[in-house]
Amino acid sequence: MYSKTVMDHFKNPRNVGEIQGADGIGEVGNPICGDMMKITIKVANDRIKDIKFLTFGCGAAIAVSSMVTEMAKGKTLDEAKQISKESVAKALDDLPKNKLHCSNLGADALQMAIKDYENRKTGKVKEQDTTEGYHCYTEEESCKCPYCDSEMHAGEKACAMCGRKIEIKLSM
Amino acid sequence: MNTINLDYVSSNPLLPEVKNAMIEAIKKDYGNPSSAHQLGEEAAEEIEKAREKVAKLITASPDEIIFTSCGTESDNHAIKGVAFAKKDKGRHIITSDIEHNAVLKPIRTLRTLGYDTTSVSVDQFGRVKPDDVLKAIRDDTVLISIMHANNEIGTIQPIKEIAQIAREKKITFHCDAVTAVGVVPIDVHDLGIDLLSFAANQFNGPSGVGGLYIRKGTSLWPLLDGGGQENKRRGGTENLIGIIGMGVASEITLKEMESRINHLKRIKERLTNGLKENIDDIIFNGHPEYSLPNLISLSIKYIEGESIVLMLDEENIAVATKSACASGSLRASHVLIAIGRDYADAQGTLVITYGRDTTENDIGRFLEVLKKTVDTLRKMSPLYQKK
Repeated sequence: MYSKTVMDHFKNPRNVGEIQGADGIGEVGNPICGDMMKITIKVANDRIKDIKFLTFGCGAAIAVSSMVTEMAKGKTLDEAKQISKESVAKALDDLPKNKLHCSNLGADALQMAIKDYENRKTGKVKEQDTTEGYHCYTEEESCKCPYCDSEMHAGEKACAMCGRKIEIKLSM
Repeated sequence: MNTINLDYVSSNPLLPEVKNAMIEAIKKDYGNPSSAHQLGEEAAEEIEKAREKVAKLITASPDEIIFTSCGTESDNHAIKGVAFAKKDKGRHIITSDIEHNAVLKPIRTLRTLGYDTTSVSVDQFGRVKPDDVLKAIRDDTVLISIMHANNEIGTIQPIKEIAQIAREKKITFHCDAVTAVGVVPIDVHDLGIDLLSFAANQFNGPSGVGGLYIRKGTSLWPLLDGGGQENKRRGGTENLIGIIGMGVASEITLKEMESRINHLKRIKERLTNGLKENIDDIIFNGHPEYSLPNLISLSIKYIEGESIVLMLDEENIAVATKSACASGSLRASHVLIAIGRDYADAQGTLVITYGRDTTENDIGRFLEVLKKTVDTLRKMSPLYQKK
């Protein structure tokens, strides 16, 4: 099911952990979605000097996190900003189709960590996202209720089909 | 290193006697059991011999058993068959929140055809209250379908009580017993069941062959319309080789039932104690008493099931997970949600199933590797670090 590269990163994940006193922190996903990632970075001279990840999720999610940290390490911030879901999936020799969205949160976490670093530098208050719940990945994309699999839309407070309370939010 | 199979519920290994019987049957070049000539007659005789053995396993009489292609077909046959046969009498069906998809989906199909359903909820251990079934009955209820033992959490339902209610109200009662038949003793008369589904691959028989018990006098429309096979109840040429294998598996299973259960109970105790001693922050799912002896459902907090399965697989240990990430649909298990597990805990759920050939050594090695795996994944988990 997974490519050799995915299995390699899953079995030998690079840069596991959390940097104490990090310059930037990015955290995406939640257990309701099935995956959660936290990326911490240390920046010097506009370069990502160190990067670490923590991930709750499937094999693909762990491999994605590991690959993202490897791709970003040593890069300038501008270079690291080019890292996307697509380039991570490509570097992993592709992900199974059904995992392309849900487990591929690594690039989002990295971009969030970079943004957090830049916000801190410019003295901007960190935009806090306090909503807990299931989320869509883009505005166009429909997402599904994790309980009954019915289609849901951004802004809805509960699933129209099964009635369970779920807050939909956009991930980025 | 030999693979340790702790995923018996998905399928279990063929008994050597079953393999031999099937190989011998292949060598014989039987005819079609429906043919009047000798080649056909011999095949028909083999099927009837197998039917007797299968019937004994659930204390039924042979003419109440039909062979099907799997447990899913048996469930579809029972549910759609009763609904179609009784469509003029009523169109209401009662089921439970924790049934297998092989029951839930045919019922969903019937809903699109205008049938109405009530699904009764379960308690925190996954048990249906017979009283809830009674309350759900309406004048137009024609079928109650409740499973015997759950395939994800192992909980055994109060089938006898529910069957009694169905009998008193003159409603047909179907029981999906796929995970129970061949594991625990089943007596269809004692339980008072009208229709019972089961499959050979749950008791060391071949995949691709199942059975449906149909109590005499039960109205049932065929699922497969065709020739007059299986006493006109199921069209289609029989899977002779599979049926012969199922017959042998039934015979041996019945003979070994008591010793197997004792073995399974020992393994379960060893496994349960070992898990408690070795891993913290775990939840055992299912009923502590009314439960299958060959299954443990375990939610391991702060980590996700598919990654556990992949890591164990690297160490040649096969185990199943109910994590949404490992299901094709990426959906949470409806059974775990029904018993009140939260979404994160459902994600870290393993279903550990074992059988007659599982050894204490297998369990020892599994516990050792699982502990290591859980430690590795928890070190990586942001949920565990936050704990």
